[in-house]
Amino acid sequence: MIPVLLILVPLLTGLVTFFFKDEKAARSLTFFSSLLTLAVSILGLTLLKDAKNLQYQCDWLPALGSSFSVKLDGVGQLLCLLNAIAYPLVFLATWKTSYTNAKNFFALMLLAQAGMMGVFLAMDALLFYFFWELALIPMYFLCSQWGGEKRIQVTFKFFIYTFIGSLLMLIGILYLYTQTPTHSFNISAFYNLTLTNKQENIVFWLMFAAFAIKMPIFPLHTWQPDAYEQSPSATTMILSGVMVKMGVFGLIRWLFPVLTHASFQWGDFITPLAIIGMIYASLIALRQDDLKRLVAYSSIAHIGLLCAGMFTQNTSGVQGVMIQMFSHGINIIGLWIVVEWIERNMGTRKISELGGLAQKAPGLAIFLVIISLANIALPLTNAFVGEFLIFNGILGSFTKYYVWFTVMAGVCIILAAAYTLRMVRKVLFGETNELTVKATDISFNEKLALGIIVVLIFWAGVYPQQMLNLTSEATDTIVNKFETLRASIQK
Amino acid sequence: MNALILSAILGVVMMFSGAFLKQKTTVRNIAIVGMVLLLLVNILEMRGIEFFKINTHGMIAFDQFALLFNSIAFFSTLLYFLLSSKDMEKVGINYAEYFALIFFILCGITLTSSFKSLLILFLGIEIISIPLYILTGSDKRNLKSNEASLKYFLLGSFSTGLMLMGIALIYGVSASFDTSAISFIDGAKPSALLVAGMLLLLFSMAFKVSAAPFHFWTPDVYDGAPTVFTSFMATIVKAAVFIAFIRLFDEAFGSLQAQWKLFIAIVTVATLFIGNITAVFQQSVKRMLAYSSIAQAGFMMLSLYGMNTDAKEGLLLYTAAYSFATIGIFAVLIKMSDYTFEGFNGFAKHQPLLAATTTIFLLSLAGIPLTGGFLAKFYMLKAAMAGGKNLWLVIFAVLMAAVSVYYYFRVIQAMYFKDGDAKHTIEVSPAFKWTLVVLAALVILLGVFPNLLLNWFYF
Repeated sequence: MIPVLLILVPLLTGLVTFFFKDEKAARSLTFFSSLLTLAVSILGLTLLKDAKNLQYQCDWLPALGSSFSVKLDGVGQLLCLLNAIAYPLVFLATWKTSYTNAKNFFALMLLAQAGMMGVFLAMDALLFYFFWELALIPMYFLCSQWGGEKRIQVTFKFFIYTFIGSLLMLIGILYLYTQTPTHSFNISAFYNLTLTNKQENIVFWLMFAAFAIKMPIFPLHTWQPDAYEQSPSATTMILSGVMVKMGVFGLIRWLFPVLTHASFQWGDFITPLAIIGMIYASLIALRQDDLKRLVAYSSIAHIGLLCAGMFTQNTSGVQGVMIQMFSHGINIIGLWIVVEWIERNMGTRKISELGGLAQKAPGLAIFLVIISLANIALPLTNAFVGEFLIFNGILGSFTKYYVWFTVMAGVCIILAAAYTLRMVRKVLFGETNELTVKATDISFNEKLALGIIVVLIFWAGVYPQQMLNLTSEATDTIVNKFETLRASIQK
Repeated sequence: MNALILSAILGVVMMFSGAFLKQKTTVRNIAIVGMVLLLLVNILEMRGIEFFKINTHGMIAFDQFALLFNSIAFFSTLLYFLLSSKDMEKVGINYAEYFALIFFILCGITLTSSFKSLLILFLGIEIISIPLYILTGSDKRNLKSNEASLKYFLLGSFSTGLMLMGIALIYGVSASFDTSAISFIDGAKPSALLVAGMLLLLFSMAFKVSAAPFHFWTPDVYDGAPTVFTSFMATIVKAAVFIAFIRLFDEAFGSLQAQWKLFIAIVTVATLFIGNITAVFQQSVKRMLAYSSIAQAGFMMLSLYGMNTDAKEGLLLYTAAYSFATIGIFAVLIKMSDYTFEGFNGFAKHQPLLAATTTIFLLSLAGIPLTGGFLAKFYMLKAAMAGGKNLWLVIFAVLMAAVSVYYYFRVIQAMYFKDGDAKHTIEVSPAFKWTLVVLAALVILLGVFPNLLLNWFYF
């Protein structure tokens, strides 16, 4: 029941919002809807967490071997929670931003949320694909309609990229389906598949293409900085906070457990790509003047680490990825909120035109510093837990290049500190100029949103055990498969 | 049998109604009522109620597949009448005759969907083609329309000639026009005569469904014909010929798969490639839709290549999804004064409802989930990939589907994200709007619950 509600609440309220006349009412309804989703999500974690409530199944396309099957497992819990937390935060922080045709904007935002919920919940491959696209389409309209000057081309590039990826994934899914003895799209049928090496390799690349584009991994990342820069801020927050996690999530649920052998084999090829992407993005971030692009490149670097962490294929690495997915989502939304506030109030995103904001907006300064420190994974913050586990995982991974991987990925942590602190220094400190001298501090809305983020940062940084417990089962399922594989290789 | 006879009668009725009735509204209403009746008697036949019992000596078989397709075709035509029949008035003065010709075409469609004998196939194709030549040239003061009609007629008769030649060769081998008699011929060592005849039939059918490399007439004819009739040609007629195509190769040449599979694969790949790539470069939406219809034909060809239960079910779904969406887009396009992509600039601001429904139709054609177009394409891919084979063909097809996104989304971009300077003073009635909404709802319904349609297959 809970998973169905998680999809239905945003879906229905989203559809209703299209027919609203009044902008205020639309805004309030969507905010209320996002709170309701959050409440449902928390209920699923606490009061109603017995298995009966967390899954639902009914016939959908029996002739095709597909059913409407949704379930809230550990990873799903975590990401649905992230999705549910992100929306109220985003709406709260952008409460004062006005949009033309606001009702359509909010409606599409909610539809995207429904789509992403579905992605995290689907236990049927065809259903998964449905939601995967359902999340993308509203994003396309959001970015093309309300974005910056170059929005149409940029969004279209983003759309074509991801669409090609998802079509290839569809072929992969279809191929797996033809190999199941019962001709079913159900996840358990996929998990029990035994394929030849050649089959695994083909399907691996078909499916990995979709996830790699979504994350994005190094040579396929070119859509991302432009898309983040040109999208409206609220959309960018969702895009980078929640949506890119769909790629990593795809690895966790649909790739690694199904195509264990190929995932193991290609690890040594993909991890370097991820690390190249990290270094490359960090270096560019170091030279960025545009705040939005800086955060975008920082996001590429962090996601690259997530990908590298997944391919360690051991408990520490995978657990690190799980918790880091959540933490990165929270942190980057925090950064975007600050960037959005600066752009809205200062009229510029250029670091070179800012300075001395700490004097005029001390509230903003405190929050930005904390979130930035979380972004560079200082101990006590949430990202430290995740990144520490990931590095631990990389050091302990099976590959013979593990030292190189650790060192190179470690360089990125230093670079991350460099570009983040540079940004903080130039934006917050130094002399005020004629632009920043008129600045006033952030209002209650932003304080509330950023305050919640800071609480989450410290909560996950100091006591991450709850989250780790949540995902340990999913991690074990994956890692056990690889353990067996590695054991058979070592023999 | 119900529909076959009633459609012929309705054709005659419409012909005379033009002579006796002065009011165009009355003519139109008669046509719409006739269409509803036609749909009704066909559905009754699906439930086993036949009004006419004629012994056809096994030349025609109204099986569930044929009847279900007829229902789809009649229903699409009904929607087409509701949306666009008013716009036929602008084409010329022979208003009633247009309806008569369309009913005759539907009569041909009932034949092509249910033939058991190559002669009936030939008859059906001809009954479809000849009224189409006339409809294409119906805007007789327009040079482009005349040119299109002549071109269509010449090339069409040539391909009909090929078809007759093929039938004759096959008759030489099997001594029968019966499709089941042909299928009994040993497929392991077929005679050259039989293979030659089959290939001639393949070529002429490929011509009729505008598959590459026999597609050259399509853009010119679709572009030159009055837009109302392009809508009909590109959807219902094309779908009907596809049904005949799959029926022919399933029932008559099923045992010769080794001989035709390669040809069908080449035609499929060529059609997908040419249709999609050429559509990218079009400046006019009408011409883009002509090429898109070639591209969609390429996808439908996959069902021929696959040739299994999925393929047949999927083709029915495809014809429905494709016809609904294309009829909807054309209905909107007819109302536009400017057929270029720029003509759609800012359309969403002036006509939000029309823009929203058009977007749904375009998404369906592009094969985005939640719309009928996605599941239709999905069925095609699944049919072609049965048993995990033909991965290369399927990957090629989806890459081409990704290309198609480019030109379909250009219209969406123009409607929503670009500011229009053109004056959109188009007037549409509320009935038109509501029909479009129903059509869009149907497209989505097909995309979520295709079983609503496909379950009829198993009555």
